[in-house]
Amino acid sequence: MGPEILRDVSFHLPERSFQFLSGPSGAGKTTLLRLLFMSLKPTRGLITIFGKDRSAITRTELPLLRRNIGVVFQDFRLLDHLTTYENVALPLRVRGREEATYRSDVIELLKWVGLGERMHVLPPILSGGEKQRAAIARALIEQPRILLADEPTGNVDPQLARRLLRLLIELNRLGTAVVIATHDLGLMDQVDARRMVLSGGRLEIYD
Amino acid sequence: MTETRRLLKNLGARLSSGARDAVSRKQMPIVPPDNVAGRAMVLVIAIMTFLSCLTLGAVTLVRDTAATWQTQIAREATIQIKPEEGLDMTAALAQARDIAASYSGVLDASIVDAQATARLLEPWLGTGLDIDSLPVPRLVIVTIDPLSRPDFAGMRAELQETVANATLDDHRTWVDRLVAMARTTVTIGMSALVLMLSATALTVIFATRGAMAGNGHIIEVLHFVGAEAPFIASQFRRHFLLAGMKGAAAGGIGAILVFIGFYWWSSRNMATPEADQATALFGNFAIGPSGYIGVGAIVIVIAVLTAATTHVTVLSYLKSVDSTHPDSM
Repeated sequence: MGPEILRDVSFHLPERSFQFLSGPSGAGKTTLLRLLFMSLKPTRGLITIFGKDRSAITRTELPLLRRNIGVVFQDFRLLDHLTTYENVALPLRVRGREEATYRSDVIELLKWVGLGERMHVLPPILSGGEKQRAAIARALIEQPRILLADEPTGNVDPQLARRLLRLLIELNRLGTAVVIATHDLGLMDQVDARRMVLSGGRLEIYD
Repeated sequence: MTETRRLLKNLGARLSSGARDAVSRKQMPIVPPDNVAGRAMVLVIAIMTFLSCLTLGAVTLVRDTAATWQTQIAREATIQIKPEEGLDMTAALAQARDIAASYSGVLDASIVDAQATARLLEPWLGTGLDIDSLPVPRLVIVTIDPLSRPDFAGMRAELQETVANATLDDHRTWVDRLVAMARTTVTIGMSALVLMLSATALTVIFATRGAMAGNGHIIEVLHFVGAEAPFIASQFRRHFLLAGMKGAAAGGIGAILVFIGFYWWSSRNMATPEADQATALFGNFAIGPSGYIGVGAIVIVIAVLTAATTHVTVLSYLKSVDSTHPDSM
């Protein structure tokens, strides 16, 4: 067992809430997001997700619960052999939906995040910012109940960062709870939102 | 999604018909169709299937040939009459033939005449041989019904009593030795086949796992976008079943071509010394229907084995992905 990264952390993420998760590098932001995404189990303590105790969630239930969670990975996690369009449509495809039922939705979303002209391009050809937008679009496509974004504006210019932030705010207004892990103070200053600051493994919340 | 859709529509996103046409192309499979590890796996499976099928073919060939030898030898017996001063060889041969023919279970008894005897001795004594001037033993070939064999003991006793210098050889010693040899050969062949199939199975397992290792990131992403384990496993199983079938079919077809090539060579070279030698050893080099069915069975077993290995590997990978990948986000 490795070192204890988070200690005495207690918080509640209300439905439709919007918050930033910040703190210095290595403070445990990614670990906390992984706990929320259920890709990590806590060594001790209790996590309740959508009213269910994490420790009681079975392997079979996990994918179904994850469908309510959108994740933007820091390293994008796009599949290099699939086009931008196919990557964004992946969550719908794995749910067994026919392409005809979601094609227009995916194209609309891609156009909105500025990838309308890049939808048939493979990820290795995309710039860092384009990959970031594709990763965000993939997380948004099913309008999840909660969106976890790990440095979602880390690879884009300030103008695009603002645009992406607006998209996340719009998504929040439509009912999705949003958690953005970032240490970009400029980004946080643009929105009057709850701030969760991790430091030395402990969490301070500024409402 | 309807609300988001409305939002996005309000934001003025409109589709061009060109873009619509472009995306209606066939989607790429979730598991990439080809990569280096995948190609290596197909090649390994093809080679192992080829070798397994050749081993099976060789076992079938030896088993069938041994059975043919056994039947052929068991179908004949020989009466030998050694020459002696004052012995009327012609009369003795005729008498021996008549005695043999009188037994039930004997289909035919024929004297190997002087010319045929000379031909038999030709390799040692050369041509133009006067057989009567040499003290050469003469033979009577007795053809037996293998289903109801005659009373050899009675025939032997009667021949010894009636015909001077006559001995009966029912080839029993040969048949016994041959049966033992054939059994040993088939046992060795079957053991080799079992080892070959085990090696193939293990190679397939390792090759599949190797090819799968290169696809770990795909499993992870599918897992994170909410794909259920059976869906992920089915994507990989389908892909690797196809790859396994491709490799196994290539190996099986290769082996069948080799069998057909040998058969073609042996029938084309019939009556040449090389082919006669090969035919004497292996019959007519034909792999019977059981051999071809065996090849088909091996191809199917290997393809299924590949798919099953993939299925198990994906599921075990999924079990570990949540706990053993500290950097997975």
